[in-house]
Amino acid sequence: VCTSRFWFNYRHVANTLSVYRSVKRLGIPDSHIVLMLADDMACNPRNPKPATVFSHKNMELNVYGDDVEVDYRSYEVTVENFLRVLTGRIPPSTPRSKRLLSDDRSNILIYMTGHGGNGFLKFQDSEEITNVELADAFEQMWQKRRYNELLFIIDTCQGASMYERFYSPNIMALASSQVGEDSLSHQPDLGIGVHLMDRYTFYVLEFLEEIHPASQTNMNDLFQVCPKSLCVSTPGHRTDLFQRDPQNVLITDFFGSVRKVEITAETLSLDRDVPGLESKFPEEELATEPLKYAEQLPVAQIIHQKPKQKDWHPPGGFILGLWALIIMVFFKTYGIKHMKHVF
Amino acid sequence: GGMAAAVLLLLLLLAAAGPAPGRADAGRERRDALREELLLSPLPTGDVAATFQFRTRWDADLQRGAVSHYRLFPKALGRLVAALGVRELHLALTQGFWRTRYWGQPPLQAPAGAELWVWFQPTVTDVDKAWKELSNILSGIFCASLNFIDSTNTVIPTASFKPLGLANGTDHHLLRYAVLPREVVCTENLTPWKKLLPCGSKAGLAVLLKAERLFHSSYHSQAVHIRPICRDASCLALSWELRQTLTVVFDFFSSGQGKKDWSLFKMFSRTLTDACPLASQSKVYVDISPKNKEKELLEVSPPPTSVHEAIVQGDRRTYAVYDLLSPSLFNTSRSLNVQLKWKRPQDSSEMPIPTLHAQRYVGGYGLQTGEICTLIYNTHPYRAFPVILLETVPWYLRLYVHTLTIITKGKENKPSYIHYQPAQDRSRPHLLEMLIQLPANSVTKITIQFERALLKWTEYPPDPNHGFYVGSSVLSALVPSVTAMKDMDVEQSPLFTSLFPSSDGSSYFVRLYTEPLLVNLPTPDFSMPYNVICLTCTVVAVCYGSFYNLLTRTFHVEEPSRGGLAKRLANVIRKFRGVPPL
Repeated sequence: VCTSRFWFNYRHVANTLSVYRSVKRLGIPDSHIVLMLADDMACNPRNPKPATVFSHKNMELNVYGDDVEVDYRSYEVTVENFLRVLTGRIPPSTPRSKRLLSDDRSNILIYMTGHGGNGFLKFQDSEEITNVELADAFEQMWQKRRYNELLFIIDTCQGASMYERFYSPNIMALASSQVGEDSLSHQPDLGIGVHLMDRYTFYVLEFLEEIHPASQTNMNDLFQVCPKSLCVSTPGHRTDLFQRDPQNVLITDFFGSVRKVEITAETLSLDRDVPGLESKFPEEELATEPLKYAEQLPVAQIIHQKPKQKDWHPPGGFILGLWALIIMVFFKTYGIKHMKHVF
Repeated sequence: GGMAAAVLLLLLLLAAAGPAPGRADAGRERRDALREELLLSPLPTGDVAATFQFRTRWDADLQRGAVSHYRLFPKALGRLVAALGVRELHLALTQGFWRTRYWGQPPLQAPAGAELWVWFQPTVTDVDKAWKELSNILSGIFCASLNFIDSTNTVIPTASFKPLGLANGTDHHLLRYAVLPREVVCTENLTPWKKLLPCGSKAGLAVLLKAERLFHSSYHSQAVHIRPICRDASCLALSWELRQTLTVVFDFFSSGQGKKDWSLFKMFSRTLTDACPLASQSKVYVDISPKNKEKELLEVSPPPTSVHEAIVQGDRRTYAVYDLLSPSLFNTSRSLNVQLKWKRPQDSSEMPIPTLHAQRYVGGYGLQTGEICTLIYNTHPYRAFPVILLETVPWYLRLYVHTLTIITKGKENKPSYIHYQPAQDRSRPHLLEMLIQLPANSVTKITIQFERALLKWTEYPPDPNHGFYVGSSVLSALVPSVTAMKDMDVEQSPLFTSLFPSSDGSSYFVRLYTEPLLVNLPTPDFSMPYNVICLTCTVVAVCYGSFYNLLTRTFHVEEPSRGGLAKRLANVIRKFRGVPPL
């Protein structure tokens, strides 16, 4: 999730896209990824190289790529939508790509980046999510059995405050800085004119580039990424709610998706003409007279289009009251016996 | 003998009757066909426009019968049409603006942002519910925020947007039209669009569609059109047509590096290697029409497979055709890089002016009132023609219809038909449709004044100082042709000539869009509540606090302290000495 808007927050979009890219490379398909970007940097008019988002200066690595699927764009990235995705309370007409269809066997990775403070994360400069709300959302997910294990990574200033309040089991959290510290950005690019990435995510990306779907690296190595000498802030982590030992947790448990493949030695013959598979169309009835195209600008028909007759509504209370008042005043003034003269 | 003859006659009759009339062959596989085409047209300003059209046509009726086997027609769209009772669907996502004045009439224009208009079948009972579901499903397919389409930006036009496909009657209550001018178009919208093509982006003309080049352009528009068409010349059965079009205009300065010579490699950084194997026709057309009836200015290489003349938009045009399916094309080299070179430098005074073009702007000053002005130009020397103007204005710009003025050549021009639907706050936008006669060689100015509303503080978007967009207005007109068009066989003519069904050759139908407007609403300063709280609390603390202190503070005499241990010892010694204590 990237929560920042405006061109100078280019680095937050680059952070999110680089994690997205690593996760796709390690095997998780787009149908299992919900990507939320609060602003569009790639086709922003200020981007000198449209349709690209770079993470390294000298424009080495385009993390936007050619095959990106953004599920929540621009104004759709709000606290409400984020919490609805997590808890599953989504309006019924939401398409599948925008839902988190997880069950109690799913491992979920949540990566958030943006501007934050002690106990909150700012969404699009107009609202914020607090650590208490986030902890409650995770508890709802736990009670509805929407996850098996959850890894929460946050890259903002004072990021460790966001995981202080978690109380649901099976959650492991990483943050880029402790309470009271700011997370810093890595390097600006003079061609694009803004900072391209944040330090913590830059080193995490470097670490992830060496992981492949079969690697056995575990979480302890991820905790060592970006020591204070490189990151200037102190990354933190929290594993007390997690039931397994981080030593035994593989990186690919969360970042990759390893599918079980069974290899068989027997051959299957695919019959070319399988009966019953032909498309059985019901017998069509042809029209008796030829169908026509509509006229695009039927001037005569338009001019003579009668306006729709407004339905007659009985007069409302005000009109009735007004008329009753007028009639009462009239008869009070002139007396009821004059009525026959009036009519 | 007689009985045998009767039986023989019966058998002969049965054999001769063949399939019963009125019934199509059941069980025969329905044919579907793909045609792809690319049109390169150099524009008068030195830019070049490339229009891709991919047409999948399926001879089946999606509405009836449970269709389960999809071959070329994408399943996502086929199921959408069947499930929601859609008769026609037109969705366009556009970035940029087509400058009609300088580039000429567009083959198919779309307004900036996202535009969706749909005709539903008469069998649909709740059109609004189907419309809402449709926009949500499309937002998932195309990764666009089409779920923001709701009653505040949907209108029901009564005269524009007549169906482009076969139609049995045009009850406009089955039509819905919405525009989202703020919508951004980027690679995430192009990728699902490409995935709907039968060959994807792996073969045929779609290999040229690379995002880094397509979005580095002045105008990029991708659209999906689904409509029912005649299956054959007799038009007794219908087929469904899916047309995917992509128009991109490469800028002379940024992509062309200041040179007017273009080539496929320069535009797309790729060349064509083969046609899509699933396509029945795959062609590249280059517009080599001479301008101003002089000798050819444009040279194409390699030499085209044929030259085709057609009457497009009322004018006779010549096209060089490269047929990717003809074996002779790839004889000399494995890839096709069409190059366009100008034989002599083009004079800028030769720029032809299109017959109909328009512009729109906001007038006025301040944040209270303003004025929307639309200028429509008819540059035809002697023919007048009518145009329908459709304007959709969001509810927070309150239009005053009594200030609507239409002035042509200094005199007031009364429209033949006006349909105005006022807005309702937070539920419906303004809709203004007018049929105006444009006299020959004239400029028509339409102005209407509005007042800006103050929104509730939660209704402002996160970046309210950017401004609020007003969608483009739509001009639909039947423009008189220079050359009369003959009725051509739809299947043989190029795709770019056949989207708008033409009824008579003396004029052609064109739909133009004006610029979208960006209007500032009075925006509160959102940091003010915090500032006010700080200031008020400081003032209260300082003033009231001091006052309270002055009024309630009491004064006591303080006992001098007894002193520390050393002092007490010293006092004890001094007492013994008889000296006064410290």
